[in-house]
Amino acid sequence: MSVGASKIPAIVTEVVEVNSLIKRFRFVREDGGQMPGFSGGAHTVVEMDDNGTRRLNAYSLMSDPADLSGYEISVRRDEGGRGGSLYMHRAVRPGMKMLISQPVNLFGLDLRARKHLLLAGGIGITPFIAQMAQLDSLGARFELHYAARDRELGAYMTELTARHGDRVHRYYDVENQAIDLPALLRGQPLGTHLYVCGPKGMINWVLSTATDLGWPKGALHSEEFLAPPVGQPFQVELARSNMTVTVGAAQSLLEAIEAAGVEAPYLCRGGACGQCETRVLHCEGEMLHHDHWLSDEQKAACAHIMPCVSRFKGKRLVLEL
Amino acid sequence: MSLDDIFKDETFFGDYTYRNSPQGIRRFPFPFPEDEYMYSVNMEPHVPGRKGSVFEFAFDVDEHYVAEMKDRARVLAQDPLRCQSLPHMTLAGWDLLELIMESLARDYPQWFTLHRDGNRWHWINRPLGIEDRFTFLDETTLPCGPMEYITRQAQGDFTLQDQRNDNLWIEAGMVTSQADWSLDFDIGMNFHEWHAPVPLAGKMGVFDRALKFLLQLQLGAPVRRFNWTMTVDPLLDTSPENYHKWGPGKTTLTRENIGRRQHLRVELQTLFRLPRSNAIAFGIRCYLISFEELVTQPKWARRLHRVLKTLPDELATYKGFIRNRPLMIEYLAQFDDGAPTSPGWWPDD
Repeated sequence: MSVGASKIPAIVTEVVEVNSLIKRFRFVREDGGQMPGFSGGAHTVVEMDDNGTRRLNAYSLMSDPADLSGYEISVRRDEGGRGGSLYMHRAVRPGMKMLISQPVNLFGLDLRARKHLLLAGGIGITPFIAQMAQLDSLGARFELHYAARDRELGAYMTELTARHGDRVHRYYDVENQAIDLPALLRGQPLGTHLYVCGPKGMINWVLSTATDLGWPKGALHSEEFLAPPVGQPFQVELARSNMTVTVGAAQSLLEAIEAAGVEAPYLCRGGACGQCETRVLHCEGEMLHHDHWLSDEQKAACAHIMPCVSRFKGKRLVLEL
Repeated sequence: MSLDDIFKDETFFGDYTYRNSPQGIRRFPFPFPEDEYMYSVNMEPHVPGRKGSVFEFAFDVDEHYVAEMKDRARVLAQDPLRCQSLPHMTLAGWDLLELIMESLARDYPQWFTLHRDGNRWHWINRPLGIEDRFTFLDETTLPCGPMEYITRQAQGDFTLQDQRNDNLWIEAGMVTSQADWSLDFDIGMNFHEWHAPVPLAGKMGVFDRALKFLLQLQLGAPVRRFNWTMTVDPLLDTSPENYHKWGPGKTTLTRENIGRRQHLRVELQTLFRLPRSNAIAFGIRCYLISFEELVTQPKWARRLHRVLKTLPDELATYKGFIRNRPLMIEYLAQFDDGAPTSPGWWPDD
């Protein structure tokens, strides 16, 4: 991690198959101590050594923030992905030692809210599990609306209902149940904050519906981690390090830079936090920006790139690194 | 040595008996690494530093501890609004209480003890004669809110910043030793709003960069920076609320009394990400040294003379000493023989 936070040496103590797509992992500290405290919505970056390939994936912490005996995450297997989730599913077993990052929160609760309206789609449920535990202990008012494909894939639905009762509303796509979003949003008291985590389509739908209904921007919160997209291999020159690096098809620019032994800053590795923003010194070609960080004007200016998710197509790209 | 020998009985108002001991002078955080000064974000990791220095521990407890806490209680009794916490910041207050108690008990076990049994905590502060048992995260078990409770026992001002909408919002604080700013005025403002009075720096992009950096501040990786100004007489509470009491003092400085009365005021500012609230704690620790004490270190005397000579007028005006700058330069000139100064801010051995 670039800004000095040390990683946490951890041991995997539990691997639980939640359903056919999702596994849950529990980490405790190798030295037996307590985990650092965290706030609901925080994630940790798990470092994997996949046969020599270093993979770093961010996963939301889903355990109760009041319980610092360990951290829990859930990982959805992505067959078409670059391999991080497959590694977690196939290779990670209880007893394994892994490095995880200090918790970072890019999806924090706004504790001024009179009410917290939480909307989850699929695996997007995980940050809300921790947030609801925290809201519950703070005595705050909240409501969860959680949509999944079917009952089998609706991870934790039963547990959450048992824990939070009728504050949990469940929807199953195959049973033709859908959140009646306009009605739900119209019925909220003033001072409600809305949080959405799920597939891109759901996030866009929720945010645009809320905006159309006049919800203030500051009351809308979303989290979408992008997996770095695969693409064509390309070359990049690193000016300060004086080297040329080849970025493989299934490798991110950041991973290629790290593999070359160059230290580059990062936090979320999903195009959201802005930490890895890098100056572009020369660009002859097309920059494929995939991040949520740079503004449209910045993207068009081609003076900066987020190496964690963005790529390049063209003749020559020179970064300041 | 008894606690009374370690912690001085002294005042920061009225007869102003505040003094630094010779060891206190040598560990003073002199803020100028070079002979010229200009704004910069100048942040560095707040990691343990040189033994005996103010950086040795996360929170420095020095010979002025007990007297400073008495001065804080005095200021609060006159003006309770120096301590405020908006309702949503209570959790951040608990985070701060935990951070300070854990640090003090770890770094000064002879003075502070913390026993934790789940949420049942037992805190002992020997220098201040405090012993309390309370339930962590349950406000009703403390005599006041958690932030107020712990900052009545910790030197320096503290503010708590909530993080949302890609900005920081100053929404709680304990501010009794401030360099002419007001918590009551600033509370609820965002990062750019509360920095608006600072000249030049905004145009230089300092605040945009600093904010971006702070939004990504990580748990377990605190940072620090220095700030500084000038204060006539060792007054911690140089607040706008009391300007009518201390402001006129600036007009009474003379060639004869400047060495004793003019103080360099240095703030060691620290920033910590807090775990449960995701807020940021900002510690502003004030150190005061009279010119008379400062010139006992020849390097500092030379350098402060050069810094004041070359400082832009805007900065001297903003820091409130443009009026007395010529007098300061004249006083310090007698200690500057033009010899080169060694790099860095540590005193020469």
